[in-house]
Amino acid sequence: MPQTKIVLRNCGFIDPRRISTSLRRDGFKALEKARQMTPEEVIKEVKVSGLRGRGGAGFPCGIKWEGARNSPAEEKYVICNADEGEAGTFKDRYILENDPFTLIEGLSIAGYAVGARQGYIYLRYEYHDLLSLLEDAVNQARQLQLLAGFDVAIREGAGAYVCGEESALMESIEGRRGEPRYRPPFPTVAGLWQKPTIINNVETLMNIPPIILKGGHWFSDIGTERSKGTKVFSVSGDVARPGVYELVLGTPLRELVEDLALAPNVKMVQIGGATGRILPSGLMDTPLAFENVLGAGAVTVFDETRDVIDIVYRTMEFLADESCGKCTPCRQGTEVMVETLERFCRGKGSKKDIKALQDLSNTMMLTSLCGLGQAAPFAVLDTLEHFRDDYERRTLDN
Amino acid sequence: MTKKVTFDSEVSENLLVALKEAQAKFGYLSPALMIELARSLDVPVNEVYGVASFYSFLNIKPLGKNIIRICRSVPCYLRKNHAIIETVEREIGIKPGETSHDSRFSFELTNCIGLCDRAPAMLVNSDVHVDLTPSKILQILQSYK
Repeated sequence: MPQTKIVLRNCGFIDPRRISTSLRRDGFKALEKARQMTPEEVIKEVKVSGLRGRGGAGFPCGIKWEGARNSPAEEKYVICNADEGEAGTFKDRYILENDPFTLIEGLSIAGYAVGARQGYIYLRYEYHDLLSLLEDAVNQARQLQLLAGFDVAIREGAGAYVCGEESALMESIEGRRGEPRYRPPFPTVAGLWQKPTIINNVETLMNIPPIILKGGHWFSDIGTERSKGTKVFSVSGDVARPGVYELVLGTPLRELVEDLALAPNVKMVQIGGATGRILPSGLMDTPLAFENVLGAGAVTVFDETRDVIDIVYRTMEFLADESCGKCTPCRQGTEVMVETLERFCRGKGSKKDIKALQDLSNTMMLTSLCGLGQAAPFAVLDTLEHFRDDYERRTLDN
Repeated sequence: MTKKVTFDSEVSENLLVALKEAQAKFGYLSPALMIELARSLDVPVNEVYGVASFYSFLNIKPLGKNIIRICRSVPCYLRKNHAIIETVEREIGIKPGETSHDSRFSFELTNCIGLCDRAPAMLVNSDVHVDLTPSKILQILQSYK
């Protein structure tokens, strides 16, 4: 199936340094149209579209905006989450590099809809080389009076994967350690500086201008029952054509990995990065959708030569390293998993270890404070299910 | 005797921003600097240390003039990042976590920097270097004074 470019429609067709090239392709027409609707009408259109968050959690966008709209406050904020730190994910970088204008427009529409006058783009520090491009894009929009009372400021991170989690992100903007907050209250009630706030991923906001211009129904006609629209996938690993691909939601994994990215042979695919699910090659006909597996759409392909235990160990190492340390199940749990997997790497695992990994997984999924700890066990659980032999071959009581 | 650190009167109230500005000005976040920052902002020293020690790009020990960060995450690992790590070790003579004697380079391993389709990849300061092979490393390093 060929790609369907909604989010990426301007990438490669405009000059990201010149707003005039964006204006020629309907840039900022959606913002103009939105301002002629009421904020409630804008939110209704987004709800009708069925757009769900594209940063990994998949929360319905319109409902999030409605929550902030309905929270009474003098000040509200809208934040674009450009912290893209999930391993194997680079689609937001590609979008920022190639079409910052549509993002600014999407963020402005969000501001109008919820009643916020200030928007922020939280940019991971690893993308510092994109800062001037982004600031320049905002300046051009400002100078052309396109933002009409709404302002966009960029706040940079300082190197912390966990700051991609929305409440940790807000802590970071406020100048503190990026540790997630206890919820409730949720950001739409009390977020940045305790004001009603919405945080949306880059890709989510890129969908807003087309939805406003073409209508929510146009969008909801694309995709599956519970996954509307397209998704931008970041494909890497053992493929001939790594890169960014935009496909209608519901497309089978096999089409992306084999037909488009040209993987010569596949042992397993990790979908959603380090906190993602792992599918063996036998499940490659699985449709890519929230109903099955998606995350933020990192697709890392492993061929027949790869060692399952080694990959899971490295995945867990990443998560243990990035764990913020606030809650015990994640702080201790990720460390114990790393130690246990390291023993398996050396062929010194045991049946007790396998049971311990499963018990620990349940505890972490149920009790961790944020998505990092809650999703950390997925690689272990999925490989225990699909590659049990790999673990058992590495046990001493074999 | 500890060196006295003084700030201009304008220190950002936002601790993270203040730390970044202090690092840009003074090179790294020494204990003396963190103590002084705590005093200027009227916050406990451990709060300053807590933020400084949390973020990868905040340095609480002296680093070299140029900081090499090679990605060690899974997608770069699949594209032989170990060859790049070994080449850098050989060319500069230091291992990850170390700084060269002439302070020209510090060398760190970092987690995913979002360049996975052009792996293996690294950052030198804020500069992005992708599609790395061992043969490209020397020229890249030579371009940093």
